[in-house]
Amino acid sequence: MIQITLQKSLDAVNGKMLLDIDITIDQGNFITLYGNSGAGKTSILKMISGLLEADKGYIKVDHKIWLDTDKKICLKPQQRKIGFMFQEYALFPNMTVKENLLFALEKGQDNAIVHELIQITELEQLQNSKPDKLSGGQKQRVALARAMVRKPEILMLDEPLSALDQDMRSKLQNYILKIHQTYNITTILISHEIGEVIKMSNHVFIIEKGKIIKQGKPIELLANNSLNENIQFTGEIIRMEQKEDSKCMITLLTGTNLIHMNMDQKECSILKIGTKVQITSNSFEPVLKTIATSL
Amino acid sequence: MDWQPLLLTFKLALATTLLLLVISIPLAYWLAYTKAKVKPILETLISMPIVLPPTVIGFYLLIAFSPESALGNWLNNTFGLQLIFSFQGLVIASIIYSLPFMVHPIQAGFSSLSSTMIEASYVLGKSKTTTLFKILLPNIKPSLLTGIVLAFAHTIGEFGVVLMIGGNIPGNTKVASIAIYDEVEALNYSAANSYSIILFLITFSILLLVYLINGKYLKRFWG
Repeated sequence: MIQITLQKSLDAVNGKMLLDIDITIDQGNFITLYGNSGAGKTSILKMISGLLEADKGYIKVDHKIWLDTDKKICLKPQQRKIGFMFQEYALFPNMTVKENLLFALEKGQDNAIVHELIQITELEQLQNSKPDKLSGGQKQRVALARAMVRKPEILMLDEPLSALDQDMRSKLQNYILKIHQTYNITTILISHEIGEVIKMSNHVFIIEKGKIIKQGKPIELLANNSLNENIQFTGEIIRMEQKEDSKCMITLLTGTNLIHMNMDQKECSILKIGTKVQITSNSFEPVLKTIATSL
Repeated sequence: MDWQPLLLTFKLALATTLLLLVISIPLAYWLAYTKAKVKPILETLISMPIVLPPTVIGFYLLIAFSPESALGNWLNNTFGLQLIFSFQGLVIASIIYSLPFMVHPIQAGFSSLSSTMIEASYVLGKSKTTTLFKILLPNIKPSLLTGIVLAFAHTIGEFGVVLMIGGNIPGNTKVASIAIYDEVEALNYSAANSYSIILFLITFSILLLVYLINGKYLKRFWG
């Protein structure tokens, strides 16, 4: 069990913000911190890992105190057993893929784990390449494998897939799940993709302006309206075109799909480019067709 | 031609560069990452030799190292060290004089590295020292090379500082730049030309090598 209580005054875009959170995670759980940019999600991960100092806080991981500001206990990042996957890869350019993993070994640790992780993340062919020769997805696979070498107690993923395209993202999600299940490791993911949160985690904390405003099962919290006979999705208006007959055509972007809709001029007048909208369609008869199988 | 001034010049440049490297890595590391309020003052002090006439530095070092001063007196009594008109004195003066040429490129190199790379190393359980030697320094090789070469070349080109505190003692403090000045004074232009052309060619070759390496023209020699 992991108990985390943190308080810190942060300089956010709109002035000072007090981050104040209290999280409990059961061992082996996969949780997500979900929220807009600037809500304090990355700061939470950095405080858990010891890279950022908390004003006040308490972190206990499996009976071991990592942080207790009242008792002036604060373990250094090096002493906290964590795996951290950064948004910008953070691979060491002077080392090959394999050397990046070997570097992460602790003194006296058996290097069998390195071979095992290279196998799990299917990096055999790339193990002697330098990071600058790899694609974004390959780099994140290396970063994932490297984060696991120390056999950490918590795996932390700071929006590691946000720079990847949808296809690569989905593959990487599967690798992360595979690692999570193989090692039964407690995992904290930062994400603001609803689909990713629901696919990956079994508990979500919704964070706004440094506070947890809701928490629970992702499917209940984030998708409670879309599980009925209607289909519902959210999108953004990216184009509006005036038509004859006092009609107007709007183009919506939902995920990577474009949807065209004809609307009345009157309805259009309250909308503008960039407006976020929710589309509901009734009389919906879904037909599923397999297009690819996952890993 | 007397080769002694040239040999002395390279001995001085080599000693200065090696010591500067040892001093500058921790100094540049500190300057790149500190949030201390004294940082701008220290940065200014380190950069002073770039703009100050070398004779000014030489003059103050002469005063400081002279046996009449408290420092000179203490050095002489405690270590039996006489820094004026001696090779050791020249090395110390050269270190101060060439400090910015070593510190600036290394500091710029450290600052150019992404901070997440350092954080990644810390969360992998690696100490600051391990991170410095295994991650930071190998990734700023071009900056290290630039610092080494600039400091070396700058020391070869020294004149004012050397003349002020070293004087002109053959085999001890008479470096090539001073030998050239001597020969010109004696209207011995062909000897002055021999020294000059050798200095010109050597410094040209060293700088060319740096530009070739840092421009990745010789990448296979500097992985």
